[in-house]
Amino acid sequence: MSRLTIQASTPLCLLQDAGRFGVRHLGVTQGGAADWRSLAWANWLLGNALDLPAVEITLGGFTVCAEEDCLMALAGADLGARIDGEALAPWRSFKLRQGQTLQFSQPLLGARAYLAAPGGFIAPSVLGSSATVVREELGGLDGRGLPLAKGATLRYSGDTLLLREVPAQQRPDLRLDTPLDLVLGAQIGEFSGQSLFDAFNSAWTLDSRADRMGIRLLGTALQYQGRPMISEGIPLGAVQVPPDGQPIVLLNDRQTIGGYPRLGALTPLALARLAQCLPGEKVRLRPVVQDVAHQEHVAYLQRFRNS
Amino acid sequence: MNPRVEVVALDCLMLRLFDDIAEANMPWMLAASERLRAVFDTRLIDLVPSYTTLMVHYDLRALTPGQARELIAQALLDLSPNTRTGGRCHVLPVWYDLRVGPELSLLAQRSGLSVAEVIRRHSAREYQVFALGFAPGFAFMGLVEEVLAAPRLNTPRKKVAAGSVGIAERQTAAYPAVSPGGWNLIGRTPAKLFDRERDGYSLMQPGDTVRFEAVSHAEFIRLGGDDTPLEALA
Repeated sequence: MSRLTIQASTPLCLLQDAGRFGVRHLGVTQGGAADWRSLAWANWLLGNALDLPAVEITLGGFTVCAEEDCLMALAGADLGARIDGEALAPWRSFKLRQGQTLQFSQPLLGARAYLAAPGGFIAPSVLGSSATVVREELGGLDGRGLPLAKGATLRYSGDTLLLREVPAQQRPDLRLDTPLDLVLGAQIGEFSGQSLFDAFNSAWTLDSRADRMGIRLLGTALQYQGRPMISEGIPLGAVQVPPDGQPIVLLNDRQTIGGYPRLGALTPLALARLAQCLPGEKVRLRPVVQDVAHQEHVAYLQRFRNS
Repeated sequence: MNPRVEVVALDCLMLRLFDDIAEANMPWMLAASERLRAVFDTRLIDLVPSYTTLMVHYDLRALTPGQARELIAQALLDLSPNTRTGGRCHVLPVWYDLRVGPELSLLAQRSGLSVAEVIRRHSAREYQVFALGFAPGFAFMGLVEEVLAAPRLNTPRKKVAAGSVGIAERQTAAYPAVSPGGWNLIGRTPAKLFDRERDGYSLMQPGDTVRFEAVSHAEFIRLGGDDTPLEALA
C-alpha cells in the first residue's frame, strides 16, 4: 500500500473514474472524468484498465506529499506541476520519493489534469462507481461526494515498475482549435434557417458560468421554432438551447432528463477537447453524422490497444 | 402508439413512443423497457425512461448505430402492453401543514377550496410514477386534479427540505434530499425516498403507483420526519 497526503486542494479537485452507469433511470447522474481521454491515457501509462479512479485537478491548487516512494502518471492539462520545485510535464509516469511533494499551481495549457496510480486510487464503489458527484453526495474517498480535502490520504496498492510516456504522435494537442464535432439531433430542423447557419458558422465564447453540469456558450442567440418539448433523457454532450437562445453543452454531472430543444450532442472526442478549454476561449461547432462519428471514435479507441 | 427512433448522440438513440403525456402510456412504456433491456442485455449502458420516450445508451464498442436500431426494432416486434401488475403501490405518509407546505394557502386560494379540501383531494388519488429525474429518486407523479394544478414558483427556493411534497402544473413529487426547487410545497413525508443501502436504491420506480396519506404531526415525527421549518434552511 502506498499513501499520499493531500496538503492543498480546492472544491474542483475530485476523485473521478469513467462514470456511474446503469442507474440513470433512477435520476442518478453519470459523473466521471470531464476529459475521459486524458483519464484513459493516465491509466494507460500504468497498464491500468482505462476507467480506474484518478484525481481530476481543475485549474490547479492541489499538492500531495508522498508518505512512501510512489509511482504515478499524469495526463491532460499542464497545470504547472512541480516535484519539489522541479517542473513535471504531463503525458508520462513518474516517481515521487518518500517526502517529496507534487504541486499543481495554475493552468499553463488546458484546464484539467489527471493524476493516476497503479491499480487506481482506492475508494468505495457507490452505485457502481467512485465518481464524485458533489450535488448528489455520491462517490469520492468517503463515498459521500466530498471534494478531495486538505489532510486526506490517497491510497493505492498496485505495482508498476516501468516508466513511460504517451507517444508524441498520440498526445492530444490542446492548442489545436479544430471545430467541435456535433452529432445532429432530432430537433435540428426546428431551428430557424438563420440559426442553423449561425450555429455552425460563428464562433462561440465559453461563458464563465461553467461547471461539471454544463458550459454555456455565448454568441448569436439561436431561435427554436418547434413545439415545447416534454422532458426526455439527456445524453452526455447534448447542446441544449433554452429560451434565451444561448446554447449550453451538458456535461458529466447534468440532470438525467430535461425539456429544452437540442442541436444535437458533441462527440466524446469533442467533449474531451472542450473539457480542456477555459472561460473566454472561442470554439466552433461542426455538424457530423452519427455513423461517421461512431467510426472515428472506435478508431480512436484502437490507439490505446496499439500504442 | 407511434414509435419513432431518433438520433440523440454518438451512442444514444431516442425511442419516441407517444406525443403526449398520459397515464395510458405507462403499460406500453413498461413493456418496451423490459424488451429493450432483454434484447440489448450487456450492450445496454443505460435506459432512461421519461413520459413519452425511452433513451437507449448502448455500448459503442459492441454495437454500431445501425445494429442498435435493429435491436430496437426487434424489441418492438409484437409488443403488447404490460398490464399484469404495473409496478408496486406505495403509500407515502404526509404531514400537510403550512409550516412545511407554505403553498397550501396559495392552492386553496387559486382553487377556491379550503385548505382541508386541497389536502383531501391531493391524498384521494392514486398517482403514477412517470419518470425519475432532477435528482436521485425524484419521481415525477401525476396527474393531480385540474383544480389543484399550479405553475412553478417564479423564483425557485434555494433550499427545499428533504421529504417536501409539491405540485407543479398537474404533477406532484417529493424531494428525496435537500435541493433547490420551484414546486408549490404542500407538506412533508418522512419516507426515505433514496437510500444507497437499499436494493434498487430508489423507493419509487417508473410504473409504480403512489398514494399520499395525511398524518398528524405526532405521527410524522414518530415515523422519523424532520419538522424543521423551511425558513430555517434558507
